[in-house]
Amino acid sequence: MAVTMTVAVSEQTPGKSRALSSALWPWLLLLPAFLSLASVSFYPIVNGVYLSFTNRSLITQDNDFVSIANYVQLLADPPFWNAWWHTIWFTLISTLLETFIGLAMALILCETFAGRGMVRAAMLVPWAMPTVVTSKMFGWLFDGQHGIINFILLHTGLIDQNVNWYGSPDTALTTIILADVWKTTPFMALLLLTGLQTVPKSLIEAARMDGARAWTIFWHVRLPLLMPTLLIAGLFRALDAFRVFDLVYVLTGGGPADSTETLSTLSYKVLFSTLQFGYGSAVTTAMFLTEGLIAIGFCIFLVRQIRRTT
Amino acid sequence: MNGERSVFQNILIYLGALFILIWSAGPFIWQFSTSLQLDKALTEGTPSLIPNPFTLEHYYNAFVEKGLHHYVLNSLVVSLATTALCLIVGSLAAFSLSRLDVRGRFGILTVILSVSMFPQIALVGPLYLIASDLGLLDTYTALIITYLALGLPLVTWVLFGYFETLPREIDEAARIDGVGPVGLLWHIILPMSLPSLVTTGLLAFITAWNEFLFALAFTSDSGSQTIPVGIANFTNQYYVPWGDIAAASAVVTIPLIILVLFFQRHIIEGLTQGGIKE
Repeated sequence: MAVTMTVAVSEQTPGKSRALSSALWPWLLLLPAFLSLASVSFYPIVNGVYLSFTNRSLITQDNDFVSIANYVQLLADPPFWNAWWHTIWFTLISTLLETFIGLAMALILCETFAGRGMVRAAMLVPWAMPTVVTSKMFGWLFDGQHGIINFILLHTGLIDQNVNWYGSPDTALTTIILADVWKTTPFMALLLLTGLQTVPKSLIEAARMDGARAWTIFWHVRLPLLMPTLLIAGLFRALDAFRVFDLVYVLTGGGPADSTETLSTLSYKVLFSTLQFGYGSAVTTAMFLTEGLIAIGFCIFLVRQIRRTT
Repeated sequence: MNGERSVFQNILIYLGALFILIWSAGPFIWQFSTSLQLDKALTEGTPSLIPNPFTLEHYYNAFVEKGLHHYVLNSLVVSLATTALCLIVGSLAAFSLSRLDVRGRFGILTVILSVSMFPQIALVGPLYLIASDLGLLDTYTALIITYLALGLPLVTWVLFGYFETLPREIDEAARIDGVGPVGLLWHIILPMSLPSLVTTGLLAFITAWNEFLFALAFTSDSGSQTIPVGIANFTNQYYVPWGDIAAASAVVTIPLIILVLFFQRHIIEGLTQGGIKE
C-alpha cells in the first residue's frame, strides 16, 4: 500500500523530471544486478549453446558452424556416456544418503539435550570448509598406505590388508561419494531441522495423548508435514551434486581408468586440455539439459505431493 | 518433551549427538593434528591424535617453500572485493524489489534465483573466451566479476527477505521528510539491516574464498591464483606432502570456522530465509 502511495504522491509533485525519475528508480537500482547476471550467467549460457554448434578450437583456430555434428559425435562417444552414468549414480546415491542421514540427524537435534548448541555449531564446519580442503583431507584419511581409515579397519579386523581407496576403480567413486556425504549431510540436517521445528507442537502432543508411539508420530504427523521441505532440499542437493567438480578433480582427477569421471570433469578436460571449445560446449549443454529435466521432474513430483497432502 | 523420554531413548539421543559431533569435527581435528606432526610420525607405526613430537615445520614449508602467503593475499583481495560489490549491488536490487513499485517482482526474484542453478561448468568456457579477449586472464578483475554474479542470487534473496520484515511506516515517514529512495536506503534501511548485511557479506565472502573451478580456469600463476588452486597444486611430483597440505588447510580453514561459529545463528537463519541453498 505504502509503495503505491509513494509513487502516486511523487507523481503529483510539480516538475516532470521528478515524476520521471520516480518511475525509473526501481529499474535503475536493479540495473547493476541485471548487468552482472546477464553478462556472467545468461549470456555465457546462450553463448555456450551457440558454441556447441561450432567446431571452435583454440589449437587449430577453427571456428565454423557445424550444425549438430558435435551432438552426433557426443551420442556415440563412450567417455561421455561413462561420465553421464557416473554423474547420475553420484547424484542419486549422494542425494539419497544425505537426505536420509540428514533427516536422522535433524530428528536428534529436534530433541533437547545438554550441548545441543555445540553440536549445531560443529555441524557448520564441513559446510564452511573449502571443497578443495575437504578433498585433500579425504585423500589423507583414505590414503592407501598411511590413512587412518585403513588403520582402523585393519585393526578391527574388517579388512585384512590395506585398501587403495582412491587408487582402485572398484572403490574410488564410492569413496568420493563418502566425501560428499560427509561435507553436505550436516548442513542438510540443519535445513531439515528448521522444517521440523515448524511442525506444531500441539499436533505432536495430541498424538501422544492418544497413545501414539514415537515412530507412529514420526510417520503420520511429522513426515507428511516435512515432505515439501524434504523434497525441495533434495532437489537443491541433487542439482548441486549433479555438477560435482572440485571433489573429483582434486581427489582422483577422474581416474583411475576413468572410473570417477563425471560430466563436469570431462567437460573441463575437453575445454581446457584439448581446447575444443565447440565439442566441450556440446558436453556442457547436454549437461544443462539433463539438469533441467531433473528439476522439472522434481517439480512435477513436488506438486503432486503437495496436492496429495492438502 | 524432555521429561517424557525413557532412559533408553535418552541414551540413543546422546549417542546420536556424539556421532554427529565426531562426524562433523573429527576429520578436521585429525587434519589439524596431522599438520603438527613430523613426516616420520605420519608414515610410521601407530597413528596418534596428539602430536608427539610437536612440530611447525609443515607451516614453515607451506609459507616459505610453497609461498602460501601469495595465495592468501590473492584470496583476500578477491574475496573482500567480491563481498563489497555483492553487498552494494545486492542491497540496491533487494531494496528496489522490496520497497519500490516493481512489476512482477516475484518473477524477477525467481529468475535471479534460477541463475544459481546453472551448472557452472557451462559458464566457464564462454567466460574464459570473453576474459581472454578482454585480456583479463590472470587478473583479480575476472574473478571478482564472476564471483559477484555467483554470490548475487543468495545475497539478493536473503537481503530481500530481511528488508521485507522492516515496517513500511518508515518509508512513509521518510517520504514526508522529503527523503528520496537512495536516502531511504542509505540513511534508514541499511543501518537497520546491519546484522543481515554482516551475514550476507559473510556468505558472499565464503563463496568467493572457497571457489575453485573459475579460479582454476582463469589463473595460471601465483600472482593471481587463489588458495584453493594453490592447495590443489601442492602435490609434489614424487610424493604427496600430506603434512604441508594439512598445514595449508588449517591456515585457510581455521579463520573461516571461527567466523562461522561466531555467526552461526545468523547464518542458519539467513540461509533458511533465502530459500534452501548452500
